[in-house]
Amino acid sequence: MIDLTMNGLAVSVEDGSTLLEAAQFLGFPIPTLCHMEGLSPYGACRLCVVEIGEGPKSRLVTSCTYPAQEGLKVRTASARVLSARRMVIELHLASCPQSKVIQDLASALGVRQQRFKQEHEDCILCGRCVRMCKEQMAAGAIGFRARGERRSIGTPFDVKSDVCRLCGGCIYVCPACQLRCTYTEPEKAICGGCANLRPPCAGEEKFGQMMCYMDPCVACEIKKD
Amino acid sequence: MTIAATPPKPEDLKSILDKHRGTRGDLIATLEDVQERYGYLPQDALRFVAEHTGRSLADVYGVATFYRYFRLDPRGRHLISACLGTACHVRGGSAIVAEIERQLGVQAGGTTPDGEFTFETVNCLGACALGPVVVIDGHYFSKVTKSQVRQLLDRAREGFNKVDVARDKRVFPVELSCPHCNHSLMDRTFDIDGYPSIKMTVSFAHTHGWLRLSCLYGSFNVLSEYDIPMDTVLNFFCPHCHAELMRTSDCPMCGAPMVPMIVRGGGMIQVCARRGCKCHRLDLV
Ligand code: SF4
Ligand code: SF4
Ligand code: SF4
Ligand code: FES
Ligand code: FES
Repeated sequence: MIDLTMNGLAVSVEDGSTLLEAAQFLGFPIPTLCHMEGLSPYGACRLCVVEIGEGPKSRLVTSCTYPAQEGLKVRTASARVLSARRMVIELHLASCPQSKVIQDLASALGVRQQRFKQEHEDCILCGRCVRMCKEQMAAGAIGFRARGERRSIGTPFDVKSDVCRLCGGCIYVCPACQLRCTYTEPEKAICGGCANLRPPCAGEEKFGQMMCYMDPCVACEIKKD
Repeated sequence: MTIAATPPKPEDLKSILDKHRGTRGDLIATLEDVQERYGYLPQDALRFVAEHTGRSLADVYGVATFYRYFRLDPRGRHLISACLGTACHVRGGSAIVAEIERQLGVQAGGTTPDGEFTFETVNCLGACALGPVVVIDGHYFSKVTKSQVRQLLDRAREGFNKVDVARDKRVFPVELSCPHCNHSLMDRTFDIDGYPSIKMTVSFAHTHGWLRLSCLYGSFNVLSEYDIPMDTVLNFFCPHCHAELMRTSDCPMCGAPMVPMIVRGGGMIQVCARRGCKCHRLDLV
């Protein structure tokens, strides 16, 4: 067990837990975006920042990736933390203003205005879909591509993946809600279920036992008949 | 760098993979070698690498697109990089870029349809005082002006590497003979670089055939009866007495055997037996 202080409370948490897990265990709310239980921590969205240390040496770290340490002093809702989170979510909101998840978080954090240009991106590069596909669906069909401004999520070479099993997991976990549905470009489509109206799983025995996130699903309705 | 005429061969890729298997950072090293071999990363090669390293294609593709060094499209025979770093920009680098784009008819990052030129811009080559800097096939040109562009492109088309045998003192023809039977290895019926070639018999992987080398010291042109995969270590034989040319030392660059031949007029030359390794040593007496 590791003993640390969180918001002035002395607590002990299990070895190997992150600050986020410790806070959640104690009931201190920390907003997250790229974190998801069952997926490896990634630390991309920076929304879960907390302040560690004291005085002038204190600093902000992402709680979802920072391991709990003996004697650490953590503040999960200091003024500095809150203002950093507000800035982060305002930036996310600017890139994906249409995302309900991000709107809700922004509203909960008290962001009432937008100072940045709205980009209307369909992705905040949180990597949830990539980790979902790789770690839970064991497919590895999609990944990050390029870098910097041109960084994007998708299949290699932008062609329909031959390892994607059309489970819909990537769409299910996406906080920006839209990216993975690529039916407007059928040749690149990962799912394409709607475009060809042939249920991707129908007649494919290997998909029989597979978990599927498409709900309600055209395919299932067809299969039932 | 030339455009790969042949599609990637599994044997070649396999040998590249074997070389890096299990080493740290093996993926990047592997991709570097694949690019070295083909001039770019062919789609099939990426699929092969993914399949044989147990990585997902998405991961391999992610790495290949992350680094600017890797290219997924074949590149032209000549690579032109124009500097657009701060210093070169101030000295008119963008006008040079515009002029090159106009002359080639492609935008930066593109390749001309005839496969001659690939043009790209870079941010500072570390020669700021000499800007605007343009690099063509590894040759640096400083204080480039708009009016020079045409001439540079023409010279590039001809090839800066074309050695002028008559005038270049570093290049001279040598006559070689077998260290065993002392029979001349020169083949006067077959020229390479305009001079009689050096003919030998080589064997690798159950294949036996002739190999002809340029006799110009400093030229690495070779022709062989069979397609010899890069990095293959060959056994050399005299085509006359059929004795094997035995190892005299190890190649200081790659560790493969160095095989000896006698230089007419006195002396010995040793060449590395590995295809693609350019190591050789000339000892004149
Ligand atoms: S639908 Fe395809 S890409 Fe998305 S998680 Fe499932 S297997 Fe991966
Ligand atoms: S598509 Fe969605 S889940 Fe995937 S990285 Fe972008 S925002 Fe995150
Ligand atoms: S079925 Fe069509 S609309 Fe629905 S997620 Fe798939 S591609 Fe998009
Ligand atoms: S939840 Fe920690 S950085 Fe995204
Ligand atoms: S800016 Fe061009 S060489 Fe430095």
